[in-house]
Amino acid sequence: MADYVDELIGRTDASDPTPGDTEIQNYTINFGPQHPAAHGVLRLVMELEGEIIERIDPHVGLLHRGTEKLIEHKTYLQALPYFDRLDYCSPMCMEHSYVLAVEKLLDLEVPLRAQYIRVLFAEITRIMNHMLNLGSHVMDVGAMTPNLWFFELREDTMGFYERASGARMHAAYLRPGGVHQDVPLRLLTDIGDWVDTRLPKLFEDAVSLVADNRIFKQRNVDIATVSREDAIAWGFSGPMIRAAGIPWDLRKSQPYDVYDRMEFDVPVGTRGDCYDRFMVRVEEVRQSARIIKQCLRDMPEGPIASLDRKVVPPKRGEMKRSMEALIHHFKLYTEGFHVPAGEVYVATESPKGEFGVYLVADGSNKPYRCKIRPTAFSHLQAMDFMSKGHMLADTTAILGAMDIVFGECDR
Amino acid sequence: MPTVAPRYAANDGLIDAARAAIGDALIEAYDKVGEVSLTIERDQIVPALVALRDTPGLEYQQLMEIAGVDYPANGAERFEVVYHLLSLTRNSRIRVRVRTDEAHAVPSVTGIWPVAGWLEREVFDMYGVLFDGNPDLRRILTDYGFRGHPQRKDFPLTGYVELRYSETDKRVVYEPVQLAQDYRTFEFQSPWEGASYTLPGDEKAALPQAKGAMTPVTADQIKRADTSESKAQAPAGDKKVTDTPADTGAGKPHPGNAPSEKPDRDPSAPPVQTTPAKEERSDPLPPEEHK
Repeated sequence: MADYVDELIGRTDASDPTPGDTEIQNYTINFGPQHPAAHGVLRLVMELEGEIIERIDPHVGLLHRGTEKLIEHKTYLQALPYFDRLDYCSPMCMEHSYVLAVEKLLDLEVPLRAQYIRVLFAEITRIMNHMLNLGSHVMDVGAMTPNLWFFELREDTMGFYERASGARMHAAYLRPGGVHQDVPLRLLTDIGDWVDTRLPKLFEDAVSLVADNRIFKQRNVDIATVSREDAIAWGFSGPMIRAAGIPWDLRKSQPYDVYDRMEFDVPVGTRGDCYDRFMVRVEEVRQSARIIKQCLRDMPEGPIASLDRKVVPPKRGEMKRSMEALIHHFKLYTEGFHVPAGEVYVATESPKGEFGVYLVADGSNKPYRCKIRPTAFSHLQAMDFMSKGHMLADTTAILGAMDIVFGECDR
Repeated sequence: MPTVAPRYAANDGLIDAARAAIGDALIEAYDKVGEVSLTIERDQIVPALVALRDTPGLEYQQLMEIAGVDYPANGAERFEVVYHLLSLTRNSRIRVRVRTDEAHAVPSVTGIWPVAGWLEREVFDMYGVLFDGNPDLRRILTDYGFRGHPQRKDFPLTGYVELRYSETDKRVVYEPVQLAQDYRTFEFQSPWEGASYTLPGDEKAALPQAKGAMTPVTADQIKRADTSESKAQAPAGDKKVTDTPADTGAGKPHPGNAPSEKPDRDPSAPPVQTTPAKEERSDPLPPEEHK
């Protein structure tokens, strides 16, 4: 108490000559959880010295819904829709890892047409995701117009989703053994028209507004530079590791479905900064359009799901005529199929990076354990060292270039 | 492989190379469904992973994932911590696991890969596995102040605590979980394949029969009322009168009422029925009376 009184009246002694609080202390602020640039519910506890970031402690888990626990209580088919709700900006790419993992355990063959449809929609999903990310990134650093144009395109991809699966976002379209239903020919021609005309026009217009823009470059070039060594040590993947200069794309190096038949280029960055990450995604959209065109050109006729009746339920029309089909339908939608005991880790190239599913099966009709490897976990963890020494206003650019969605991060 | 799963470099000779690099710390190694799994002694995990990263020919540069798995059937060492490594140069994946329990900490690998920080935090949060050397072992996904480790198999799906915004307190309040409806677990496994469950309603079958619900008698147990076996015996020793039968003549035929004592009866005629009312009823009624 005596110290406090001394402090109040400004009395000092020789050992502590500071009167009052002239000593400047670091300032700690909360960024989020409700912040438009936090891209969801992210709380960053930031320690600032003036406007320079000293330390960032991201608090995640505010959207934790216990997906992995819920999946352990569902059959393999019932677990699928949970994946749409992980990264709700690229739903079908989330399903992709899961169905591949289940098929790998079942040792199930997938018809060629189903593989083409999956790749087609995985690339539509990539465009869908990048439209949102590129748009919100430019908006986070101050540009408004491109975002509106990107959203137009995103709306188109959601229309394709709806025409294929019946749902705009939570499609549950990819199924173990293939896809749920065939795509109408009219949809394929419309996608072809869209890729040829509307996508390049709108997309290149929007990108041309920002790609060479002086302000946009000032906000992004040399912000949050990541070296190759850091990118490897921090478990980066996807556009984050490619922007750091490592040409690593699971679609190329570990091809799944018919990606080994596709011709596309893997863009890499040179400096590993936010601008590189932005431009890598821009180029990925163009490459996705290339893959979509090849899918439409090469897609064969044929079944859209495996003919193994112990995994894939029969169609409704067949069910009305065949007693055996009726029994299979009933058994598959109540008990579900059994997956042989074993464990797999299957990772695919989601728009955000390596999205993996570690599936442990015990031979029953439910997964024993389904660990989901989110892309955001390793990227967001690197937020601390990436933003050290940058200004407070750069946080939004760094976060926008990371492309984080909390449905996936928090699970 | 006929499936369409991601294809990467073949695992030929990988186990031998890993055994040479890791040495005695390798407990078990197998190659199933095209994926190599190594089990390593808990205390040796850090040197083993360094060997996997730095040995030429293995070169697993990236740690992609740390997954916890709970096997309560495994006894004391019920938890597995599973590391998934990726080699960018060799285009190969490998899985490394250690077994542990609640008390024994796993050495942290944050010194090898900084990304392990959050991954270990998640395993700690979900399973309660401790990591020795992790500088920041806080909970990560669950709520501030959460108790328990939700991914353990003995943690209920519904949890223990629910929260809501209280209009009266003007804040979020935590309360024990109260479900308006029981959580319904559907056991879809076929009863022909060893599922052991009770169908709704069948749980009564195992209980002893409730009082008051009589077992219906079968046809051969039904006795006619006038057969001698079914005559009810008066309970002995429970007399309500002090007179003996000798005094009252109870239970004896009325004097002079026996057939033999009837004066005008022809002995050759059929014996008279003792219950004349019953005999009347058994006779079919005349049609006139029936109307």
